Amino acid sequence: VALNPSCVGKLYPPSEPYEVSREKIKEFALALRDGHAAYLDPEAARALGYPDVVAPPSFPMVVTLDAEYEAVLDPELGAHGHDRFVHREQRFAYERPMHAGDVITVNVRLAAIEALPRGDVVSYESRVTGQGGEHICTGRSVFVIYGAQS
Amino acid sequence: VTVQEVYASVEVGFQLPRRTFQVCRKDLIRYGGAARDYNPIHWDERTATAYGLPGPVAQGMLTMGLAIGCLVDWAGDPGAVVDVGGRFPRLVPVPSDDKGAELTVEATVVEKLRPPLVRLNVSVLLDGKKVLVMPRTILALR
Repeated sequence: VALNPSCVGKLYPPSEPYEVSREKIKEFALALRDGHAAYLDPEAARALGYPDVVAPPSFPMVVTLDAEYEAVLDPELGAHGHDRFVHREQRFAYERPMHAGDVITVNVRLAAIEALPRGDVVSYESRVTGQGGEHICTGRSVFVIYGAQS
Repeated sequence: VTVQEVYASVEVGFQLPRRTFQVCRKDLIRYGGAARDYNPIHWDERTATAYGLPGPVAQGMLTMGLAIGCLVDWAGDPGAVVDVGGRFPRLVPVPSDDKGAELTVEATVVEKLRPPLVRLNVSVLLDGKKVLVMPRTILALR
């Protein structure tokens, strides 16, 4: 079952708002063994000009992965039942660092589908915005879905 | 030291200190929980071997997160990372022992863009083979 090419360009409904907390930032940074003061200490973050502790640059994945996984399960796409994914590429382009207190929403767009001999490649563009609708960053993810073609 | 001075002092070809990280099964569990990534391929032997892998593999974003940490350390500010990412050419199997997998992060300044931006070429290696390539990582030095 090849993935449905007419899904390219499809926009998915915005994710539930997610509040970025000091504790989650700390948990995430320490899981990466990164003890940078700007992740852990609000004073240190303020000294760098931020309103509160900032999130490590790969932190948006905490929210974008879920949103993109929802999109993978879109029945129209035809990937259902082919849940063997490999993450092939990832990129984040930032307008500003994310910080504790941000309430973020992700809007996912299916950017491209490409057929490979052993599976299909799907690319998503996840636009992450803050509570005021301001653009914080955009994630670009590429997954290979194996078994999507028979 | 001003932004201009930091930018001006950086030379194309400069290599950041190479760093290595031991990644064990426990680190995969911890990262998966923190990142809300519960994919069993990162913790379940049965799932991983059914996929033809020797065992659970590290999350690509754990590898990338460790590499980005090296860049933040060098730049001194997480906000310096304005555009980052790349491709995972190989998976990282993590054996169930005390040693785990040893990842090596290498980063080189390859281009000076308009101040204060510089481009780096970043790679992460396992046993001498690239498991993550980030040829277009942009840092704003300040």
